[in-house]
Amino acid sequence: MAIIEVKDLVKHYGSQRAADGISFTVDEGEIFGILGPNGAGKTTTVECIEGLRTRDSGSVSVMGLDPERDAKELKQVLGIQLQESRLPDRLRVGEALDLYRSFYRNPADPERLIESLGLGGKRKTPFGKLSGGQQQRLSIALALVGNPRVAVLDELTTGLDPQARRDTWDLIEQVRDSGVTIILVTHFMDEAERLCDRLAVIDSGKIVAVDTPSGLTARVSAEQRVRFRPSAEFADALLLDLPEVSAVERNGAQVVVSGGGNLLQAVASVLARNHIVAADLRVEQVSLDDAFVALTGKSIEN
Amino acid sequence: MSLAKLVQTEARLFARDTTSVVVGLTLPMIILLGLGAVPILREPSADMDGIRFIDYFAPSLIVMSVGTIGLTNLPTVMAGYRERGILRRMRATPVHPAKLLAAQLIVNLVAALVASLLVVASGRIVYGIPLPESPLWFALAFVLGITAVFALGMLVAAVAPTARAASGIATVLFMSAMFFGGVYLPRFMLPDAVARIGDYVPPGVQTLLDSWNGETPAALPLLVMAVVAVAAGATSARIFKWE
Ligand SMILES: Nc1ncnc2c1ncn2[C@@H]1O[C@H](COP(=O)(O)OP(=O)(O)OP(=O)(O)O)[C@@H](O)[C@H]1O
Ligand SMILES: [Mg+2]
Repeated sequence: MAIIEVKDLVKHYGSQRAADGISFTVDEGEIFGILGPNGAGKTTTVECIEGLRTRDSGSVSVMGLDPERDAKELKQVLGIQLQESRLPDRLRVGEALDLYRSFYRNPADPERLIESLGLGGKRKTPFGKLSGGQQQRLSIALALVGNPRVAVLDELTTGLDPQARRDTWDLIEQVRDSGVTIILVTHFMDEAERLCDRLAVIDSGKIVAVDTPSGLTARVSAEQRVRFRPSAEFADALLLDLPEVSAVERNGAQVVVSGGGNLLQAVASVLARNHIVAADLRVEQVSLDDAFVALTGKSIEN
Repeated sequence: MSLAKLVQTEARLFARDTTSVVVGLTLPMIILLGLGAVPILREPSADMDGIRFIDYFAPSLIVMSVGTIGLTNLPTVMAGYRERGILRRMRATPVHPAKLLAAQLIVNLVAALVASLLVVASGRIVYGIPLPESPLWFALAFVLGITAVFALGMLVAAVAPTARAASGIATVLFMSAMFFGGVYLPRFMLPDAVARIGDYVPPGVQTLLDSWNGETPAALPLLVMAVVAVAAGATSARIFKWE
């Protein structure tokens, strides 16, 4: 069931269309990713959903509420992590949570949030003395302290070290498992692949595709590639005769076989029958990165 | 509930800021104590209608207390909150950032009150400066004056994009208020025209002095303070940028 509905959302800045007819729905209990290169309009889109920016046209509904008309009511049930925000330098971690907690009708237990975000030893540390990653974790804690039904997290793990990122992913999965619907704006393919049930790819203010991570990669190409170094010479025809194989290329000593279906098993059994050992055997599948490049013509990393 | 928490938090942050505590709360008192230590300033003087310099100067130090906090601290802190996205972050919660502004006003008003009380009390205890002799008129002059000054501070806080910008604008206002309030040069040394203008510059040092000395302050300066307070307050409320 859709808990968030965005229809034909348009937002200009001057003559620039930062959101240019965005439509999608988010189902209750899912983690919905928004992926796109810098300046694609991701933050603009989610901030129109949050009611922090006023849309020029289109409609947005979150749990049946209009973010502009029902701003106050919506914010009771919406947890927001902004891409950029700071706190007063002298405000301590524990005080910040205590303060933000007082803004909500049914707040979460701040102690548990502090613990699960690894800030246990930092309760008395002022914001200005936290590392960038710790500030980021506090910002996630503030987004969750109101016990939201929907959480919108913009650049969740930017600035976190690998361990903290994995811990944060675990936390987000727990939050989702407790029934919270999550919109996740991200730059990271691994994050999108690991966490998101579905993804919207945005480019230049428009939706390019909405699908599951595996659906997105399948959409780009069903092709797989198998690479190996053979222990003995063989003719390409040996592999090309297989229905699974579409092409065979040689790259020095390396053979690259492209095809579909159960490519690896078909290739391996023919080689075995001909007593050829395949060294350094690797199977390559189209990654979300490849899909992203194919959909937007851009790499996400710049 | 959330307002009480905000006031508590802002009060803590104020107390943790050494500059605002030392300069805002205690500097006017320290200056009074320092001046009073000079014997000649404790002698009655013909320049000042036969009263002592420190008696004459005390209202100017109240101008300084109110100005430092209302014209400098309040706008600088609020603009800093805008600059750092703290107002915006609050817009993402059910509590509107107007409550944060309210908490800031409460904390700064209390601070200005405390700083002024420190001047009055330390002057009374250490140098025998009499307490305001028309307490009701003095209270009225003080309330109108402080409201006008804070309303001007709010006007700066309403639009300044950064703490730097706020403190730049605020410094000009603050220095004008101090100049006309006789903090830089005692008012009897100012040209008469300047001193008369000073009667109408918030917070209105002459009304404070008159009521302190047991006289009834002139009505027009009081009225001007009320008008400035309402006009600047209403304008800032209308144009306040919440992010
Ligand atoms: N307040 C604003 N005023 C004017 N232009 C803006 C404003 N906010 C965003 N833009 C422009 O709108 C476009 C979309 O910006 P947005 O922040 O939504 O992108 P994004 O996808 O979140 O990018 P990033 O990955 O860098 O966070 C950009 O070209 C940006 O320069
Ligand atoms: Mg963004």
